[in-house]
Amino acid sequence: MRYAMAIDTKKCVGCGDCVVACQTENNVPHGYCRDWIVENVSGSYPSVQIELRSERCNHCDNAPCVRCCPTGASHIVEGGIVLVTHDECIGCGACIESCPYDARYPHPEGYVDKCTFCKHRVDKGQNPACVDVCPTHCLHFGDLDDPNSDVSKALKNRKWKVLAPEAGTEPQLYFLT
Amino acid sequence: MTSRRQFIKISAAGVGAATIGINAASGFNLFGSKDETGPASDEDLTPYPTYCEVCFWKCAGWAYVDKKGNIRKIIGNKKDPHSNGRLCPRGTGGIGMYYDEDRLKTPLIRETDSEGNDYFREATWDEALTKVADKMKQIANKYGPEAFGLFNHGNPGGHLEHLMRAYGSETNAEPAFAQCRGPRSVAYYSTFGAYIGSPENTDIRDTRCLVLIGSHIGENMHNSQVQEMSQAIENKATIITVDPRLSTAAGKSTFWLPIKPATDIALLLAWIHVLIYENLYNKEFIDQYAFGFDLLKEHVKTMTPEWAYGITTIEPEMIRRTAREMAGAAPNVVIHPGRHAVWYGDDTQRERAMAILTALLGAWGKRGSLYFAEKISLPHYPQPEYPEPKWTWRDLNNGKYQLATMGITTELLKASIPENNPKHRVRAWLVAGTNLPLSMPDKQLFKKAADSVEFIAVMDTMPMEITGYADVVLPEATYLERYDFLRASQNRIPNVALRMPAVEPKYDSKPGWWISKKIGEKLGLDEYFNYNDYSEVIDWQLKQIGTSLEEMKKIGVKSFPRTEGPLYLADGEDFEFNTNSGKIELYSTDLADAGFDPIPVYKKHPEPPPNFYRLIYGRAPMHTFSRTSNNHNLWDLMNENNVWINPKIADIWELKSGDFVWLKNQDNAVTTFPVKVRVTERIRWDSVYMVHGFGHSDKKLSRAYGRGASDEEMITNVMIDPIMGGTGMRGNFVTFLKEDPRKEVKA
Repeated sequence: MRYAMAIDTKKCVGCGDCVVACQTENNVPHGYCRDWIVENVSGSYPSVQIELRSERCNHCDNAPCVRCCPTGASHIVEGGIVLVTHDECIGCGACIESCPYDARYPHPEGYVDKCTFCKHRVDKGQNPACVDVCPTHCLHFGDLDDPNSDVSKALKNRKWKVLAPEAGTEPQLYFLT
Repeated sequence: MTSRRQFIKISAAGVGAATIGINAASGFNLFGSKDETGPASDEDLTPYPTYCEVCFWKCAGWAYVDKKGNIRKIIGNKKDPHSNGRLCPRGTGGIGMYYDEDRLKTPLIRETDSEGNDYFREATWDEALTKVADKMKQIANKYGPEAFGLFNHGNPGGHLEHLMRAYGSETNAEPAFAQCRGPRSVAYYSTFGAYIGSPENTDIRDTRCLVLIGSHIGENMHNSQVQEMSQAIENKATIITVDPRLSTAAGKSTFWLPIKPATDIALLLAWIHVLIYENLYNKEFIDQYAFGFDLLKEHVKTMTPEWAYGITTIEPEMIRRTAREMAGAAPNVVIHPGRHAVWYGDDTQRERAMAILTALLGAWGKRGSLYFAEKISLPHYPQPEYPEPKWTWRDLNNGKYQLATMGITTELLKASIPENNPKHRVRAWLVAGTNLPLSMPDKQLFKKAADSVEFIAVMDTMPMEITGYADVVLPEATYLERYDFLRASQNRIPNVALRMPAVEPKYDSKPGWWISKKIGEKLGLDEYFNYNDYSEVIDWQLKQIGTSLEEMKKIGVKSFPRTEGPLYLADGEDFEFNTNSGKIELYSTDLADAGFDPIPVYKKHPEPPPNFYRLIYGRAPMHTFSRTSNNHNLWDLMNENNVWINPKIADIWELKSGDFVWLKNQDNAVTTFPVKVRVTERIRWDSVYMVHGFGHSDKKLSRAYGRGASDEEMITNVMIDPIMGGTGMRGNFVTFLKEDPRKEVKA
């Protein structure tokens, strides 16, 4: 089993619904976020293109944050989800520094926090909150090992890219272009 | 008189929470104690049906409440055609409206101290409501109830509208007409004999070609429309967007036409020319249903793409290509009628041109064009007829704007000012759900009118700027804390949605229906408020249509079969349009009779002088006008607006992204607050762009205060649409000031 997410940049309007749904679902404190929107503008007027991306932890197969954690708080569970055990985290911030995606933030209560792919929902067979809220249906989640999963189907007939492939992290967010 | 109208910042009725900036390690936690910081399991939460009040789309959803009575999240109702189970960021973040610590907490009454300074005194509900009722009695006795005006918007306004009609006043206006949809209503009604309505009857889901004339779907987060645009992208529909700015929608379009602002009518006429003179229009449809084709054909004879090129800056070949693209997809084409349509004062004519283009493509009543929407008609709760007022909002227009279908806010303001010698003078106001100082252009007009009236009562949930002008402030419960009207909006399938309280009202706030009822009872209008709780009205109405409050509490939304015929027009079907000619009026007899151009004419608009740029404004997907800027969840997503400047212009001014500037317009008006510069290729050289709704000046909006600048402050040149009184707001030109112009200069 390998959980992953595909983000359709052709559909995303950058509304931030994924961000606020994550905030209410996971009780993320105000001023912080586990997911966010990136807008890339290229070209010059009037030949301009925009790419909008809903980004979060890439739940990397080769996760630098896990490798650099001194206490083992950052770890990988079944399905490849990268998690932080709050009680074991000393808030040193090494993982924050090591992440090429800036996916982690220091929670005001002293631990490092990040996207969990909404494991509490996924364990019950639901999608992460961001996926289920998105008005444009631009987020696709599921098990890459299952060819019938939403994410497998989304990746099948589309071109995609990953972010910072040169970092060798083997990220599991796929951006449909 | 003037001192009474001193603007009061709602005074310390609560804790003045410090502004919490992005990434400030404040530790502020919505739910307090540490054991509640994790995600809650849905099994531990109770869902209550509601529909959203953060914008007018009114998406239905569920408010999830935990065992301690905290609202934890709001999730869309899967049976709801407005949301399809997916709320937009504002709906999801609607929770922030309930938790906002800056909310109005108790009724307030204006008092004057011994030194002549105005302040607000906390009052009981009975005191506040008695004060409003007494004033209503006094106005009715002295001038007649008609002299008491109402500015309203959305559901809360509706309850006050009922009160005012029972009292004998129909002197009401809402910004939804003259500051928004009015031109569209009048144009489509005069062409097709039918309104577009809300949610718009656009069949984007099944279209083959979507044409957006300045509509920025995705930035205006009209939920089901955004969802359907995504489906259109999936279906590989052609999207043609006309916008001086690379909007989000333009960025997703097959064709983006970066038009010079204020020239849309020329483009539309050129498209019409191509369709007619290349024989691409739907001849059978026009022959059967349309009136005035030959006059139209003659009218656009010289309006070639080459003619339009010089005006619009859109290449002739692009105009032809996009016209052919539409014709190729016809009739499955949506020429989107837009929504906020008051741009240049000839807006009804622009909307008319859009309606004519729609007709030529046969894109009316066809799959993938504009469908026949239907709504369920809710029976009126048994109450006496309203008394007939001696005069209404119509009489404030002094014979102008005959085609207006709703009250015109600016006319109501003008009638409040004695110097205007109004035939019917408005002496007092109720205001609900609209923040006039930030939603109306021409701030001087508003201020003068507010200074002139004897009394203002404001009902709101937040200390919006308008509350500072009030004599009585009535704190309303948010939509999550109250019963309300049933939602029975038009859609493909008629449906009804319930809003019920998920929690008790916070602080000493009360539902709008309760406030109206209590005032009504004090006026002896008990027979119009013949229920103890509004849920009785809802239950009665629901039972008349075959359901009940009990059932609706479980399902939230219920659909009903269509009864007025199919969604689409059959090929060749006999159909009489509700116009003077019974046909689609390419040549408008209504407009001709009223002395206006019966076929749209392009008229040149003023252009910005050197070093000035046309101010274009719009929406951001996470905010609704000025009403959400203090909502903490939405503030987290966007806490200020920027002024978008093209890099070539920024170079001239030596500005870079992140710099702050004050804006000054052609009339020397200067923004109160500076606004952050965003240098971007997404905007033309002759224009700048701002998201509307920022630049709040009331300090009690602790997060929103001073964040960004208010576009309304720059809108001093208002171009009135002579057909329906709309206030065209895009004819203002701004320049940049790098220093605060109000800074004192030392001698």
